[in-house]
Amino acid sequence: MFELTTDQRDFAASLDALLSAADTVAAARAWAEGDHDPGLKLWQRLAEQGLTMLATDATPVELCVAFEALGRHAVPGPWVEAAAYLPVALGREVEGVATVAVPPRVPLALDADVADEVYVAADGALRTATAGDRQVSVDRTRRLFTAAPGEAVEHGDLDAAYDLAVLATAAQLLGAGERVLADSVAYAKQRRQFGREIGSYQAIKHKLADVRIALDFARPLVLGAALEPTPRAVSAAKVACSDAAYLATRTGLQVHGAIGYTQEFDLSVWITKVRALVSAWGTTADHRARILESLTGRP
Amino acid sequence: MDLELSDSELAFQAEARAWLAENVPAEPLPSLDTPEGFELHREWEARLSAARWSVVSWPEEYHGRGASLVEWVVFEEEYYRAGAPLRVGQNGIFLLAPIIFEHGTKEQQDRFLPSMATGERVWAQCWSEPEAGSDLASLKSTARRDEARGGWVLNGQKIWCSRAALAHWGFGLFRSDPEAQKHAGLTYFLFPLDAEGVTVRPIAQLDGEAGFAEVFFDDVFVPDADVLGAPGDGWRVAMSTAGNERGLSLRSPGRFTAAADRLLALYDERPDPRLADRVVDAWLRAEAYRLYTWGTVTKLKDGGDVGASGSVNKVWWSELDVALHETALDLLGPDAELESRWLDGYTFSLSGPIYAGTNEIQRNIVAERILGLPREPKGTQK
Repeated sequence: MFELTTDQRDFAASLDALLSAADTVAAARAWAEGDHDPGLKLWQRLAEQGLTMLATDATPVELCVAFEALGRHAVPGPWVEAAAYLPVALGREVEGVATVAVPPRVPLALDADVADEVYVAADGALRTATAGDRQVSVDRTRRLFTAAPGEAVEHGDLDAAYDLAVLATAAQLLGAGERVLADSVAYAKQRRQFGREIGSYQAIKHKLADVRIALDFARPLVLGAALEPTPRAVSAAKVACSDAAYLATRTGLQVHGAIGYTQEFDLSVWITKVRALVSAWGTTADHRARILESLTGRP
Repeated sequence: MDLELSDSELAFQAEARAWLAENVPAEPLPSLDTPEGFELHREWEARLSAARWSVVSWPEEYHGRGASLVEWVVFEEEYYRAGAPLRVGQNGIFLLAPIIFEHGTKEQQDRFLPSMATGERVWAQCWSEPEAGSDLASLKSTARRDEARGGWVLNGQKIWCSRAALAHWGFGLFRSDPEAQKHAGLTYFLFPLDAEGVTVRPIAQLDGEAGFAEVFFDDVFVPDADVLGAPGDGWRVAMSTAGNERGLSLRSPGRFTAAADRLLALYDERPDPRLADRVVDAWLRAEAYRLYTWGTVTKLKDGGDVGASGSVNKVWWSELDVALHETALDLLGPDAELESRWLDGYTFSLSGPIYAGTNEIQRNIVAERILGLPREPKGTQK
């Protein structure tokens, strides 16, 4: 039936335990400053847990479980590229760190400076690529680079690779949204104004309830798409998770007030990441257009 | 994890689809809130029941098929996809029957369930009072013990009683112990709407039809046999349906997926790229609701409880219903204001965020019981 199996739940719990103990936010902040060491150590540990082989050796359900955990803990690095897109595009597991640009929707290669392999997929071909100039993302942990295409390489189904990357991004957004909601609820229970917890006011309650509702209805679209990753299903998951996670960050920022608007406070890591992921791997407008076309045959 | 139906579920689906294709009236019936439409909808219920489709999840002895929860969801999907009529018996079947199954005596089950299944007796819900809406437990209508006659005497006023203008019997809560604290001292009663002392005054709804009514109780006698559950236990009895009974209180996703399909057909007839995103979002929200429901069904099958997530569900489907119909009206352009099935559906959808606990109350429940936020200090009572 329509729920995670015991094995899948155990996998989620073990990843969560590993990442909770790993100070992922410190790794993300170091990554943003160009200090890749903590993030690469984390990469290594997660690869040992099998994360880079999920796309080739497991189902999209396990992949979504993993990406939700990556989003929840703001793990830095080109995970969508190396663990979702490239294994399908290359037809093999990626060794080390790898990244890819897929213009026009994914014009820049994430973390190309630290990747062992860099690719560009365009016009139905996959090519090796050389990293060029860095461009600055709203999410400082996303270090983006132009990529100059080189030699063509053999490739698998690039459309399926794109769809799996879209789904992985959706799951990452779901995890990020859940994290922002959890942290905002915790804050609303503890912060007091006018003599009582701000979470006791309906103005705050209703906003947070709306986030709970949006995330609860985004999740089944992710699981449904994981069971059958059609273009329509993964686009629906991406739209719903983008909208829900974005609502979570807008609400979370509002609930926290000024402290949430600081870079130092950790909420900023997720606020900026969600904004970046909403337009990564296809904007919501792209995905809505794809859904409409698949439903009506009309562009 | 999968979303596959078993062979027997597929066979059930095929049987339902075939019967509905054969039997659903070609033309929509008149509104069930008009006397003519009410009778035609009751005839439809009788036809459904004769083929044992009116209450598929009930036991066979009460005209059901003992269908599983999965089969119920499948049936509902087929029902709405086939464009079948609204269910005039739904207050009884979906709101009252689960309570009768859980708290009623065998005698009450035998006496009330069969006529509910066939549409012979239609039930109205009598919850709200003029001073007790969202704060239902502050209700003031009374039940006074009459030991000599072996029953209770009801007095007071109920309002916004759905279907009461035309229905035969009603159900509601009355204060049987004036000394008890708010939620205690309430008792759940069943009563004929033509009993001596009952006055029903229909109220025209937004669309002009008398979909609900005020009901006045002036020394109305109700025998002990028509008390549901124990006297004084009415609040718990009434609330027990909120989250249980094999999901029968679920709002079936078939309603919304069928409406989303009709919306796509409308877009095909009158494509307007300016409204495309809203069409997509309506479809997407219906699809999310369909998949979410399979998650709920899975949880219930495994012995789980819906609990407060029923409130998450209610906010979603009621706002989805409004958005879906608003989008359809906007596609209709200047024709939107003219009478149509979409307009009827739109007007009906506007009541969704209000009834069964307003969406503001539902959000409080989500915030307090799911997110664990502190309760708001209560205002002074009375």
